Amino acid sequence: MNHELVHEHAGGGNKLYAWIWIYLLILTAVEILLAYVQLFPPSGMLMILMVLSLVKAALIVTYFMHMRYERANFVLSLMPAVILVIALLFIFFPDSFRLHELRVP
Amino acid sequence: MAEGSVSQMSAVGWEGGVFPYAVGHKKLGMWLFILSDSLTFSALLIGYSYVRVASPDWPRPFHVSSIAMATLMTFLLLSSSLTMVLGVSAAQRGDKRAVLRNIFLTMLGGVGFMILHLNEWRGLMEEGVRLWQNPWGVPLFGGTFFTLTGLHMAHVLSGVIYLGAVAAGYSKGRYGYEHVEVSGLYWHFVDLVWMFIFPLVYLLSFQP
Repeated sequence: MNHELVHEHAGGGNKLYAWIWIYLLILTAVEILLAYVQLFPPSGMLMILMVLSLVKAALIVTYFMHMRYERANFVLSLMPAVILVIALLFIFFPDSFRLHELRVP
Repeated sequence: MAEGSVSQMSAVGWEGGVFPYAVGHKKLGMWLFILSDSLTFSALLIGYSYVRVASPDWPRPFHVSSIAMATLMTFLLLSSSLTMVLGVSAAQRGDKRAVLRNIFLTMLGGVGFMILHLNEWRGLMEEGVRLWQNPWGVPLFGGTFFTLTGLHMAHVLSGVIYLGAVAAGYSKGRYGYEHVEVSGLYWHFVDLVWMFIFPLVYLLSFQP
């Protein structure tokens, strides 16, 4: 094991982690609130929840998984898969909305 | 000419001995696993969301009580992620007792999550939900629900076992900081997947 490598990435302080935890709880509370008020049809709700979940995932990856303290090289090698998945959302979700709208009641 | 270009190439690290990512092999391996696993979950979640939104009579079996339970489960997983990251930073300081305490709390969160989740599965099965049928609507509901949450729960279970093994090795001095950090990566990933399952499976099928 290369000790220089291991100690190169210092994480943020424990206080920062606690704040990230609080942000994640707040975002979860917003999602639950949106589910209660039911202002949006399932398709709109799906898009909103997806965006909020992506924000939460980004917070977890950036701070809890220390992505912020990795080399840009490494981060950029992992990114293409994320971009692929987000691109897939824009193919599949509009198609499922279309199916929903085309359905004869 | 040829020799010149070879020495130039080795100067930028083609002969090995250079770490372009500046991470150890364990961490790189875990990230590659997380990458492939996230693609698996993405396929399942996108497939589920597709049929969920395209079906007008998708069952909405989750009432206030089950959403409250699922919120508690989310809280447990998020908090176990916090204790895990505190354990990793304690390992960085070399505070052995704090590492073991935090890993223990993380495992406790995972076990609590599984108990609540299995209890919910039992409830749904008693109401008549099966992989191929349910009393309310689109028969696909059971199949997608049990596949998604079941695969996730399998990850939580293996995560608890993995953390237990890491904690045992760490307390004996066999494992070091890197092992704790890499197991933390796995645990955060399990938490991250739940951040998608909770809104897409539970909140989209909420019946107030």
